[in-house]
Amino acid sequence: MSRRKSDKSKKLKGYLGIFYTILLLLIIIDFFIPKHPYFRWEGFPSFYAAFAFVAFVVLVLAAKYILRKIVMRDEDYYG
Amino acid sequence: MVNIVPPAAIFIIGALFIPLLKGRLKSAYMLLLPVVAFINILNITEGIHWVVRFLDYELTFGRVDRLSMIFGYIFIIVSFIATLYAIRVKDDGQHISAFLYAGSALGAIFAGDFLSLFIFWELMAITATYLIWARRTKKSIAAGFRYLMVHIFGGLCLLVGIFIHVHNTASIEFGYIGLNGLASYLILLGFGVNCAFPVLHAWLTDAYPEATITGTVFLSAFTTKVAVYALARGFPGTEILIWVGALMTAFPIFYAVIENDLRRVLAYSVINQVGFMVVGIGIGTELAINGATAHAFNDILFKALLFMSMGAVMHQTGKIKATDLGGLYKSMPITTIFCIIGAASISAVPLFSAFVSKSMVVSAVAHEGMAIIWFILIFASVGVLEHAGIKIPFFAFFSHDSGIRTKEAPLNMLLAMGIAAFLCIFIGTFPGFLYSILPYPVDYVPYAAGHVMNQLQLLFFSALAFTILLLAGIYPSEIRAINVDADWPYRKGAGAFMWFINKPMAKVGARINKTVFEVIPSSLIWASRNPGGALKIASDTVLLQFSGPKKRAEVEQRIKKEKEIYPGNIAKHWPIGTTVLWVTLFLFVYLLLYYL
Repeated sequence: MSRRKSDKSKKLKGYLGIFYTILLLLIIIDFFIPKHPYFRWEGFPSFYAAFAFVAFVVLVLAAKYILRKIVMRDEDYYG
Repeated sequence: MVNIVPPAAIFIIGALFIPLLKGRLKSAYMLLLPVVAFINILNITEGIHWVVRFLDYELTFGRVDRLSMIFGYIFIIVSFIATLYAIRVKDDGQHISAFLYAGSALGAIFAGDFLSLFIFWELMAITATYLIWARRTKKSIAAGFRYLMVHIFGGLCLLVGIFIHVHNTASIEFGYIGLNGLASYLILLGFGVNCAFPVLHAWLTDAYPEATITGTVFLSAFTTKVAVYALARGFPGTEILIWVGALMTAFPIFYAVIENDLRRVLAYSVINQVGFMVVGIGIGTELAINGATAHAFNDILFKALLFMSMGAVMHQTGKIKATDLGGLYKSMPITTIFCIIGAASISAVPLFSAFVSKSMVVSAVAHEGMAIIWFILIFASVGVLEHAGIKIPFFAFFSHDSGIRTKEAPLNMLLAMGIAAFLCIFIGTFPGFLYSILPYPVDYVPYAAGHVMNQLQLLFFSALAFTILLLAGIYPSEIRAINVDADWPYRKGAGAFMWFINKPMAKVGARINKTVFEVIPSSLIWASRNPGGALKIASDTVLLQFSGPKKRAEVEQRIKKEKEIYPGNIAKHWPIGTTVLWVTLFLFVYLLLYYL
């Protein structure tokens, strides 16, 4: 059982390794790609990466800690 | 031209023959209808067809131009897919209402005048309601009633708007309206209800997850997209739509993060995607309208695919809540792959369909230099990846193992999903086909290196955020709960109304009841025993109120005495003579009246 578990976590680490490598490549290649920004900030290196990361975190935290506090009710709230 | 009929007619008349057929013949017939309709539409030429005189007006059942045609194509394609998906359902009512629903959507798309538009509009609401009721649970019946009432409200707004518009312009032609005066606001409100404008949207997230497994696939395709078409026809370039659309893209993504019912997550996703289309219509440039219609075309396919994959999960396991699911990729690997293709398509992964359409709308926004709207749309794109790209497949097929072991979905469901998945990839990879049927000539290149790179960064770094939040245990785990939304006022409000009727109003009613039927009659009976005595008591009681303290005791004494002897001997107070006098008087009045 424990061997299977360690196999699984090894596999997960392998996937994560590939994933992080792709992220790194995306940031590096980004420098060499010609861009035609409509807005000034679109031209910043890896603007989309930074924006997406921050946006995702803000979205999830706001939904979890703010919206859920306001709107969550029991499943039989409406009867 | 002779052998061509209105597309709506094939579905609506065709639906009537469904109950007459049985077994394989019925299945073949139902699949054949959309095929015939598609061959038919390929042969329809642009222009005005099928004009019928009705009273003083001309109804136009076939205003065929590039805008109505693209919706016509996709409506027929998705009808075929959804019918294939539903082919094993043993409920004629569902099949008939699905075909009537698709047919009325086609009718609305090709309607050239307000009157026939309104008729098809209402027919859609009714047939869609049946697809919700057909699940036959307590919840679906209630949700269906709410759906119907909201749509009747929207339909009435539309109808009143049409009346005023027709009165003002003396024409029932449905063309560009634009915002100018009461009629246009009412029509926009009517369209807005079906389009799920914010605050008017709750019918969608309320009802779609309660409909039947196959019914939801139809529902997700038609009502909102017909509204998108109507807006594109009547209100292109109406600035307020830019903000309405931006709001639509942004608010549902927060709800989608915390929603437990995976079909309800997709319902929020419908609003989010329609928001992109509404923004495009609000901008109204050729690029923006092209983007809106292209995105409507694509959304119908990938949203159907996602609803089908969740429907397949529901069909096989009987469960749809994220808290009950997980680890299904082992049992349902093909459905998993199709779901991931749908997720990739909606998330605008390069080579998948939304990549070539959503970006047109975003580019149109950038082209107009609208920075705030642009930021909202990019933020919403991250949100799309969060709920539809990651959450749906992750919680259903991966995540923790729910222990559910089941079989793969039936072949017809897999085929339906397969066709939708193929089209999503095909359009994403070869956008030229889609671009060639858009309303305006297309001068847009989606596969520019910069665009691909930007999108890949957006997707991968959102995924990074997800990974980190998940591994850190911050990503919100699903909770068995519901979230209140804009339907709260009428769902709880209805309860409050019923309380008001049952408690305070019922008390007042009982009081009135008692006064009218008990107190007054019994006093009359009491008084009639001895009217003279009763009058005397009454006058003394009034007198009592005006008496000084000295006289008071005396009057009180008198009333007491009078009450004691009441009714007493009537004859004492009413001598025969008086009675005769009264009778004579009445007879005299009667005679007088008679001769007059």
